[in-house]
Amino acid sequence: MRRPRFAGSARPRGKRGDGVPGPAAGPGAAGPDQAGALRRAVGRNLTAYGFLCGALVCFALFSWYPMVREVVLSFQENNFVDAPTWVGFDNFRTVIEDPAFRSAWINTAAFSGLALVIGYAVPFVLAVVLNELRHAKAYLRFVVYLPVMLPPAVAVLLFRWFYDPGAGLFNQVLDVFHLPPLSWLDSTSTALVSLVLVSTWMNLGTGTLIYLAALHSIPGDLYESAELDGAGLLRRVWHVTIPQTKLILLVMLLLQIVATMQVFIEPYLLTGGGPENATVTVAYLMYQYAFNFGDFGGGGALGLMLMVVLMVFSAIYLRVSREAER
Amino acid sequence: MRTLVSPLALRTPRGRLIYWATLSMVVIGFTIAFVFPLYWMVTGALKSPDELAQIPPSFFPKRFDFGVYGDAWEQLQLGVFLKNTVQYAGGAWLFTLAVDVTAAYALSKLRPWFGKLILGAMLATLMIPPMVLLLPTYLTAKDLPIVHLDLLNTPWAIWLPAAANGFFVFLLKRFFDSIPRELLEAAEIDGASPARILWSIVLPVSRPILGVVSILSVVTVWKDFVWPLLVLPETDKMSISVGIASLSAQMPQNVLIASLVIASLPTILVFFVFQRGIMAGLTAGSLKG
Repeated sequence: MRRPRFAGSARPRGKRGDGVPGPAAGPGAAGPDQAGALRRAVGRNLTAYGFLCGALVCFALFSWYPMVREVVLSFQENNFVDAPTWVGFDNFRTVIEDPAFRSAWINTAAFSGLALVIGYAVPFVLAVVLNELRHAKAYLRFVVYLPVMLPPAVAVLLFRWFYDPGAGLFNQVLDVFHLPPLSWLDSTSTALVSLVLVSTWMNLGTGTLIYLAALHSIPGDLYESAELDGAGLLRRVWHVTIPQTKLILLVMLLLQIVATMQVFIEPYLLTGGGPENATVTVAYLMYQYAFNFGDFGGGGALGLMLMVVLMVFSAIYLRVSREAER
Repeated sequence: MRTLVSPLALRTPRGRLIYWATLSMVVIGFTIAFVFPLYWMVTGALKSPDELAQIPPSFFPKRFDFGVYGDAWEQLQLGVFLKNTVQYAGGAWLFTLAVDVTAAYALSKLRPWFGKLILGAMLATLMIPPMVLLLPTYLTAKDLPIVHLDLLNTPWAIWLPAAANGFFVFLLKRFFDSIPRELLEAAEIDGASPARILWSIVLPVSRPILGVVSILSVVTVWKDFVWPLLVLPETDKMSISVGIASLSAQMPQNVLIASLVIASLPTILVFFVFQRGIMAGLTAGSLKG
């Protein structure tokens, strides 16, 4: 941070032409100058807070207060008619005893893990390949980002149609290759993977373009000298490309974990948590508690637990991205 | 520029063969993975329900029945949903700019007491994923503290939370920090007020970052699903994503698909036009979030 910029301009405006800096103004001028400086500082603060008040109100209402409210919510019994009462850990006990609780955490972890397996390395590989191509670059970059631009609800509903076990696109494609049809969303074994597929399809472009930008900044002579040392293609990827993009790879890993663990729209629109809780996620269960069971305390408890888990990743992310900025 | 593969290796016949093979594979693969689903969507909408259910499917629709788009528009009241969404995204954009630009300017150039603390508190909100605060934020919008206003089913439920965006404040402040002090001091000495300086000096030089923030804010609100699902439950107030999703069960398949096409057109058009800005925002957002 720079020093406050008014430090040097504490003298009266009219004297700006005399070219004598502050301390040399003489002892006699110190009294009125200090009072004037204070007055100006107060004025500056009033103006500044005038500019800030809109943001302060918005943040206070929709960012800061909800954080406090989240904690309060999860420790209270509240039906929004009578005055809320403190109930200690009762809400937590309720949700933990719910059989869907275990499923929700396992599914959320599985979703995140599968999304990493399917969706984490792929954009990097695509970016490395794209970076080598000299033709059709604009087209490829445009096309890979197209699904990201679709509203997620549209992409998910589109895939719901593709997953249709009868005339859906995916089973038709399987049929062309003489493979047996899958029941996609309707079977406990494939439902979660199906959700991961949609999610990966609609988010792949972001990672690809970010890696592509990172690859651009790798100095070419690193590859050159590696090649002179006799390093083959894969060794160059391993010893130049990956170390050079290490921080971004790490940042994206953490971002993706945090993003995928909040998964909601896919189970909400595709499966409703089923079949047999196979796709219930923590965020979806939280929604169900609040809006289907009318139990905001239980929902709040789930939200608080998810918050604690995700903040661990967020905190690591913050450290890493600070390092990346240096 | 030198990349992974050396230019020398690319010039050999074998190198060239591999290059063109890879290129065509990538182009074909990307087209199948990312364009074909959209082609299937656009043509699917033109097929009759019978043709949609047919196995094997037809690659081209038998006849082009554009009437289905009209049906979708009317049966799903897409006009209302689109108008709502424009209102939400447009208002959120104006609000975000007004609120976040002034805040970033105050924090960057006026440097009030506790400025660092306020900035820190705004950035701290980025640590907390929005989903986990969904319920308390919803309850706040339902019954604002102190004034006890119910914002549900009003555009304010979208506009106000959209403006509370720590990332935008961060992006703007970082840009304002880079504006040379001399530029502003000269204007200040000439007696320009802070508001005047913001309007006639800071804003004109900040066009790139304002563009990035504008596109990001509009696209974010346009694509959002969970928040409008909760705070705009009335059918006449729904955004396009929520509207289509909630009416999807009652629609014939082809009408639903047509409505998906209509819903995706605006964002894809925006992408066509503002490709550069969107991609710039992406890289700005990824690293420094």
